[in-house]
Amino acid sequence: MTQMTFARAINSGLRKSLENDPKVILMGEDIGTLGGVFRVTDGLQKDFGKHRVVDTPLAESAIMGTAVGLAYRGYRPVVEIQFDGFIYPAFDQIVSQVAKIHYRTQGAVKMPITVRVPFGGGIGSPEHHSESPEAYFTHTSGLRVVSPSTPQDAHTMIQQAIALDDPVLYFEPKRRYHDKGEVDESIEPGAALSMEKARVVIEGTDVTLVAYGPLVKTAKDAALAAADEGVSIEVIDLRSLAPVDFATLEASVRKTGRLVITHEAGQSGGLGAEVAASITERCFYHLEAAPVRVTGFDIPYPYSKVEMHHLPGLDRILDGVDRALGRPNSLSGLEG
Amino acid sequence: MFTDELGQGGNAAGGPDSSAGHHHGAGGSMVQLITPGGERVSHPQYDAWVREVTDEQLASLYEDMVVIRRIDTEATALQRQGELGLWPPMLGQEASQIGSARSLRDDDFVFSSYRENGVAYCRGVDLADILTVWRGNASSGWDPYTVNMATPQIIIGAQTLHATGYAMGIQNDGADSVAITYFGDGATSEGDVNEAMVFAASFQSPVVFFCQNNHWAISEPVRLQSHIRIADRAAGFGIPSVQVDGNDVLAVMAATREAIERARHGGGPTFIEAVTYRMGPHTTADDPTRYRDANELEDWAAKDPIARVKGLLERKGLLTEQLEARVAAKADAVAREMRAGCINMPDPEPMDIFKNVYSTPNSWLDRQEDHYSRYLASFGDPAGANSEEGAR
Repeated sequence: MTQMTFARAINSGLRKSLENDPKVILMGEDIGTLGGVFRVTDGLQKDFGKHRVVDTPLAESAIMGTAVGLAYRGYRPVVEIQFDGFIYPAFDQIVSQVAKIHYRTQGAVKMPITVRVPFGGGIGSPEHHSESPEAYFTHTSGLRVVSPSTPQDAHTMIQQAIALDDPVLYFEPKRRYHDKGEVDESIEPGAALSMEKARVVIEGTDVTLVAYGPLVKTAKDAALAAADEGVSIEVIDLRSLAPVDFATLEASVRKTGRLVITHEAGQSGGLGAEVAASITERCFYHLEAAPVRVTGFDIPYPYSKVEMHHLPGLDRILDGVDRALGRPNSLSGLEG
Repeated sequence: MFTDELGQGGNAAGGPDSSAGHHHGAGGSMVQLITPGGERVSHPQYDAWVREVTDEQLASLYEDMVVIRRIDTEATALQRQGELGLWPPMLGQEASQIGSARSLRDDDFVFSSYRENGVAYCRGVDLADILTVWRGNASSGWDPYTVNMATPQIIIGAQTLHATGYAMGIQNDGADSVAITYFGDGATSEGDVNEAMVFAASFQSPVVFFCQNNHWAISEPVRLQSHIRIADRAAGFGIPSVQVDGNDVLAVMAATREAIERARHGGGPTFIEAVTYRMGPHTTADDPTRYRDANELEDWAAKDPIARVKGLLERKGLLTEQLEARVAAKADAVAREMRAGCINMPDPEPMDIFKNVYSTPNSWLDRQEDHYSRYLASFGDPAGANSEEGAR
């Protein structure tokens, strides 16, 4: 076990993938000599060469579209999108090409492309640098979407994503890049918990609180605070956003009878809506209250001095837990 | 608006047989080796690339062009008869497709749009497979690795990036094959085509950009896409380019061979603008009489690519009755085979829609598949097709 930052843990995972499979190729803007704007690919070009770690021209659609061509040729491209807000020029290549080529060629052509996206807010950035676009991709058939929340998961899930024959959107919570944690680099990705499985982070009996990526830490903090007040929260880290591991959620909600889901992305049409609807379908007779969403607002990501009002924090999550429990909360007395 | 007849350089001014003097771009005059009258004219640079084309090969190119025109008219007929939902005719573009596709090696890889059905024929795509997407029997028709040609791309210009990426892979592999991508004049306005040229030039990748300037992007004339010769745009990316008479099979072949040889030997990408004309509609759902002058069609009919090579064969005394009979028999046979393949194509099964979305299991989709199969089974007929409900 080694203590390392979240960013370093991804770096170490990428290094292992590059070592284990000569077909793995990294592409993106500034990922070579600079090591990426977040230094996630630090040192990899030096060690693996310019043909394995490719500094590309500044063109997101081309980065994604040439990755498609490389996949046709048998490569396993790992693409870095520099910031969440820069993924939109590549949107067509992701949803119309990457996601569909396996289907349209009736399985003949595989698209084992991993798209690394630093996402989410809380780092005081200017506009277009703090977005949470995951729902666009969870809605697209043919794609898998994951988001790690710990350095250990960051390390193993990137390797699992690269090894998978399907395309994977790998959302990295950028405000956790510098968080440290224990990482066991000797765990083989095949032996680690599958990236498709959700994980019960803290066991509890009163409410199921679902989070992913940057908010898993916030959710844990909320559970610890609630425990002081005698409320037992079960925290679940989704890890996979598409498909969601509903079996793990179902088991938890059948136990607790209450569901709160939190994410930074805006509420309407977001992943919280999908989780709430699916759990309601599956666990209707086990639910003691309507599922509650604690999310970002349906606004463009706000300027940094007020971003903490948009981002769900510990207190806003606990207010949502109170709603699920029918305890006094900010919306008490409001009908509907 | 801001466009005018002169906006497209020599093209709009006079078409393929207009003289070199009309061109103002950096690329020089349009390469032509056979005149519309069927006369072989010499070219100081490009003759060398087709010098060893034998009489027999010339006759074979003629045969190819007649056959793909027949494929096209047969498919159009199948659409009119209700056997196909839609068809994008290539009528008029036979020389561009045959001259380029017959310049490729088996291990080269093609990324095309949806109009390159003549190219697909050259790659050896099964004739029925060319029709599956238009019949609605599959999203697209064949295993790309069996013929080294990706299935047709509908999103305009997206395939140019795939070709460039594939070419980057060729470089990494140290191979000497090339990628070629086909697109139209309209596609050159797309960001992807421009980004593909940036990447191809930066990495000096072995990719050939083959633009069939057929003058119309549905109803939009080429002068709306570009104010200069399309071939001249490549210079801005540092990519050598050539404008070639796209109705002249030898000229197209010469230009493509040159580009491929450059790519094979580390010379990087080339941009070819084949100036041709879409004589039919954009698709069978289109009505070009709404936007196109009948005189324009007449002008281009006089430059017909098949009549041109036929004229050359005649001048050379090669247009024998035997050749004509052989070509006609081949076209008939291909058309028969394609029609039979179309009509006898098995219908897809309802549950096929769930196949190949992922290459590994997906719990969301598995659940939906399971629920839908239970729904179909509830009619007592596993396929559901024969029940009143299933047919509704």
